[in-house]
Amino acid sequence: MPDESSVLDFQRVSLQYEGTWALRNVSLALKAGETRIILGAAGSGKTTLLKAVIGLVHVDEGTIKIFGEEVTSRKEHELYSLRGRAGMLFQEGALFDSLSIGENVEYPLMNQQPTGRQGDEASLQSEADQRAREALRFVELEQTFDKFPSELSGGMRRRVGIARAIVTEPPLILYDSPTAGLDPITANTIMALVAKERDVRNTTSLIVTHRYQDGELMANFRYNPERAELVPVPEEEQTDPSHSRTKFIVMKEGEVIFLGTRRELESCDDDYVKRFVRHEA
Amino acid sequence: MQYEGEVVAGSSCLLRFLTTWIGSFQEFLILAGLAFRNVVRRPHYYDDVFLQMDIIGVGSLPIVILTGAFSGAIIALQMSRALNTYGASSQVGAIVSLTLVRELGPVLTALLVAGRNASGIASELGSMKVTEQIDAMRALGTDPVQKLVTPRLTATAIMLPCLTVVADAIGLFGAFVVAVPLLRLITSEQYWSTSWRALVLNDLGQGLGKPFVFGMLIALIGCFYGLRTTGGTQGVGRATTQAVVAASIWIFFVTFLIDKIFVNL
Repeated sequence: MPDESSVLDFQRVSLQYEGTWALRNVSLALKAGETRIILGAAGSGKTTLLKAVIGLVHVDEGTIKIFGEEVTSRKEHELYSLRGRAGMLFQEGALFDSLSIGENVEYPLMNQQPTGRQGDEASLQSEADQRAREALRFVELEQTFDKFPSELSGGMRRRVGIARAIVTEPPLILYDSPTAGLDPITANTIMALVAKERDVRNTTSLIVTHRYQDGELMANFRYNPERAELVPVPEEEQTDPSHSRTKFIVMKEGEVIFLGTRRELESCDDDYVKRFVRHEA
Repeated sequence: MQYEGEVVAGSSCLLRFLTTWIGSFQEFLILAGLAFRNVVRRPHYYDDVFLQMDIIGVGSLPIVILTGAFSGAIIALQMSRALNTYGASSQVGAIVSLTLVRELGPVLTALLVAGRNASGIASELGSMKVTEQIDAMRALGTDPVQKLVTPRLTATAIMLPCLTVVADAIGLFGAFVVAVPLLRLITSEQYWSTSWRALVLNDLGQGLGKPFVFGMLIALIGCFYGLRTTGGTQGVGRATTQAVVAASIWIFFVTFLIDKIFVNL
């Protein structure tokens, strides 16, 4: 029986591209509801690690399991059902240009319908419409339902990407640089949505970012549904590592060189690690 | 010693080139195998097939009509002089129909469609690749080969023979305009009768078999270069150029192979 609480498990995972390590002996584990913030220089293997989680890149060595099921040994078509349980936000949103915003958000629903599901095409479409609108409302973009990706700004496309990632309510969500290239205000809006999604649905999150502030926000704030806003996490939870559900990973040349809480990250003496702490964008 | 060093460097360079080329060709064969397998595998994206048939078939119609008409007219003009020398002007219809149906119709149409659609397919899929839409498709549980390659393969394989038939017909009409009303080489009845009678089953087999094969090649080459695009927008441009060049070369190579088989039949 797979351990249900273990959402993600990397065991000594390695991958090389033309002699260069993209991932080197990476081991990490995430339990339900936990968050990992992955920091590192460009080319340090952050995106590769994220893509390896759902088998978008095939690793040379090691094993990767999500929800207790092995990813590494499966063939491409055997991975589709497993990928349905993980949402992914790509760096630039990766929305399909030829589809409207509504169709983009509905895509996972229409595509990942379980076999043998009852209901005619019209009722399935209507249900998908409704759920896509709800997801777009969550990211405050319901009014863009009939628009096309080219009509939206970069930040809006990223928010639609979040809506598409969460529309099937997956228990695991992977975020690839959700704030890259955005102004600080839009970046904070995006991260607030990521935190809201984590706290409302208790999702497990793996977040690749260049901005330390993104991780700081995820570690120090939580969404309060009554006040409908982010509130600071109590100080004792921030200082006690056993209470911290948000941890930081720093990668260098494919290797995980740091794993710990925000406090541990801030007190780390390593010169490379220090570059990612309190670094203003 | 210096000369020996250059030879070694040249050999290793050639070996690297061959290894890369064989590796690419192997990847191409794998993609082709997957695309053909998906023709009989569910899910079938019929909407995408019809959309591609419209883009590739209907969209290419104007240039195919123009090229067909002018190529027929040019063959008739050139042949009229040569045939006059031997007193065989009455055979202009037969020569035009044989040249068009067996060779020029399929090859010219395929080259036009390669220029228009192999580039279009490569740039569309290349853009999707560099903006991670292909990865997103895989992450959302869709097989990109099933969704993107197979519909394009099916649509091009169906539409190219249809376009070739149109090009042949228009080409024959173009030659008719030159041979009958313009140069008054023969009568209308003579022209159409000799054109039709010159053709045998072998010619029609070549005329329809070639574009079917070319159609599959064009779609697969366009998709292959599109799906292996790297390096941002510059990479998309490079993939587009490579797709057109490769498709054109393969069209000539395959037409030579088919001719070699059919000429001896």
